[in-house]
Amino acid sequence: MKNIIFGMMLLFVTLSTQAQEKKNKNAKLDIEVNGNCEMCKKRIEKAAFSVKGVKSADYHIDDKTLHLIINEEKCSSLDVKNAIAKAGHDSDIVKATDEDYNKLHGCCQYERK
Amino acid sequence: MKKALVFSMLLTFTSIFSQEKLEDVKVTGKQKGIKKSLTKTANTTLVSSKELLKAACCNLAESFETNPSIDVNFSDALTGTKQIKMLGLTSPYLMITEENIPSVRGASQAYGLSFTPGTWVESIQITKGAGSVVNGFESISGQINTELIKPASDIPFFLNAYGSTDSRFELNTHFNKKVSDKWATSLFVHGNARVAKNDMNDDGFLDNPLGKQLNIANRWQYSNPETGWVTFLNARYMLDEKQTGELDFNPDRDKLTTNYWGSEIVTDRFDFSSKVGYVFKDMPYQSIGFQNAFSNHKQESYFGLNQYNIKQQSYYSNLIFNSIISNTMHKFSTGLNFTYDKYAEFVNLVDVSRIDNSVGAFFEYTYDDTDKFSYILGGRVDYHNRLGAFFTPRLHVRYNPWEKSVFRFSAGRGKRAANIYAENQQLFASSRVFSVLDSNGKIYGLDPEIAWNYGISFTQNFILFGKSADVTLDFYRTDFQNQAVVDVMQSPQEVLFYNLRGDSYANSLQIDFNYEIVKHFNLRTAYKYYDISTDYLSGSFQRPLQAKHRLFGNLEYETHIKEKGQQWKFDFTLNWLGKQQLPYTASNAPENRLPDYSPSFSVMNAQITRTFSSTFEMYIGGENIGNYRQDKAILGANDPFGTSFDTSIVYAPVFGQMYYAGLRFKIK
Repeated sequence: MKNIIFGMMLLFVTLSTQAQEKKNKNAKLDIEVNGNCEMCKKRIEKAAFSVKGVKSADYHIDDKTLHLIINEEKCSSLDVKNAIAKAGHDSDIVKATDEDYNKLHGCCQYERK
Repeated sequence: MKKALVFSMLLTFTSIFSQEKLEDVKVTGKQKGIKKSLTKTANTTLVSSKELLKAACCNLAESFETNPSIDVNFSDALTGTKQIKMLGLTSPYLMITEENIPSVRGASQAYGLSFTPGTWVESIQITKGAGSVVNGFESISGQINTELIKPASDIPFFLNAYGSTDSRFELNTHFNKKVSDKWATSLFVHGNARVAKNDMNDDGFLDNPLGKQLNIANRWQYSNPETGWVTFLNARYMLDEKQTGELDFNPDRDKLTTNYWGSEIVTDRFDFSSKVGYVFKDMPYQSIGFQNAFSNHKQESYFGLNQYNIKQQSYYSNLIFNSIISNTMHKFSTGLNFTYDKYAEFVNLVDVSRIDNSVGAFFEYTYDDTDKFSYILGGRVDYHNRLGAFFTPRLHVRYNPWEKSVFRFSAGRGKRAANIYAENQQLFASSRVFSVLDSNGKIYGLDPEIAWNYGISFTQNFILFGKSADVTLDFYRTDFQNQAVVDVMQSPQEVLFYNLRGDSYANSLQIDFNYEIVKHFNLRTAYKYYDISTDYLSGSFQRPLQAKHRLFGNLEYETHIKEKGQQWKFDFTLNWLGKQQLPYTASNAPENRLPDYSPSFSVMNAQITRTFSSTFEMYIGGENIGNYRQDKAILGANDPFGTSFDTSIVYAPVFGQMYYAGLRFKIK
């Protein structure tokens, strides 16, 4: 009997762990991205959309936050951060290369942290 | 915050360009009365309720007086109803919707716009050109969608009283209650009456009809931002009575006799509509909406000895699904429409009743590169018992070539059944004999009207002497493949209806220039050129009662709003109309002839509003303060049962100058 209960518990734990690992097709993420203006907004969103699996990308200049909805089966937040860095914008963990940063339009060259 | 965002998305998701609206929750600094967007794909102007306060605006028909995109005609001597035109085409060629449910169509075509009181209106979206496929296939030259005040955002009480020197009085009261955190309801009660007879031009006929209207609407709104559900329920009843004709006409004694010429039009209408929407959890870009509307419209009327009765029972249903393809740069809307119209129509007791029904499916794809370029490509397939099976394509393209500018292109097809009697019923108030020359078609013997509309538009915003200015150039063309031609060019004793034999087109060019002269002092100007030509039996003519050239100017000035909300607002509008082609009257006796063209003239309106606090304001205004009046408003007025009687040829104001005053009181 105990074994059965133990077995069921094990099964349950495994199932729920699996459930947690099951990737969300509509995962909401907020990423802090450094940017200045309307042009930055367009560039950041464009870079985000270039990543396959990004369903929605909306950059708010006022709080420097990129609101994302992504399909985690197809991409991760790191993929998006890399793409944004390639376009010249720093995010929390991925920084743009100086070369990419310098390519930005004058008004878009935000203050780097 | 997110909930609020989802909520506002919910509220707007079923609008004309439903997909675009989702991005449209930006807050703008200073609210403008008329907003033109640089980022929307279609050529849509948003008219806010603020704009509607600039003129008397008793009802929807009159709410376009300060808007250059729409021309408001002068009310005819008989019905007192103002018709509107867009791109030079009258309202039957527009799709007029109320909260995206087709509202002015069929039997309500002639007077429908006067059945929505102006105070009920929250905003109006005017789209020039082909429009979206979502609402149907009928629109040809544009779409006008009216959003009424939403119960969830309404104030507890609103009162508007109005009176004018043409003895018209209006009372509007709105009540609102938030029943729970999810349910809210509004009750709108409107009454208007014209109580005294006016005959300023001494022709023995009323200049505008005696009348009264009672209009009651009850709206319920359910919204639950947590689950994503929103519901609207609307019920509405309207009774409208008009009496006109000779001053001495007494309906009880003289109805349908030749004692005196007179007319009565009684309309009662009942509407019920529902709207259910759902935004998917965690997917703000995906939603589903279901609309249903039922209306019962009954008009009983006589015009002298002509009798015209029509009853339309109508059911409309629309199911729409919005979502994306891989990401929000690619959106789509798809769904189904169903329409059923049962007409019981009697023209001088001859039964011309019919039943129309149609079912259709639509798909609309929107591409937006989130930067400079977007387009909407839509198509729909319909089956209609009288129009057959057909395909309706529509395309809108937007491109921002450089900063603060936008270039737009649109093209599309429209098809409709012309309700020739309902749409032209002002002609019953004449001695004209109605003849339909074709008999093989399925709509009163006529074929469906088919037209293509193409347009280009360019807007540039710029700074002039440190103040913002913008200039817009629009050119649109409508080409009719078939038209139900209304011919008043053949004989003053006849009106002929027939399928287009030859060419019919409408070209319209509009140049707008808007400028903020100093802070709070704005200028709006427009020049409009119309070339609307139809091949009639007697030759090719410009559309009668349409000016080829029009000028529009509007000046508004506001003082700074003081601490308690005190403010003065001044508004002045000028309309200049060039000569207009008049119907053929050369075969009449000399005293009942009109020239080929009307003279040119201008009409000026002005209004002053004094806001005493944020809850109370008063306004006074004048219409046609230059007191321009049409010389001969009614042909053959001395012999109304003779052969030359005609009240339908109205190219200018009949009444002359009119002054009004009103007040608005709110409890917030």
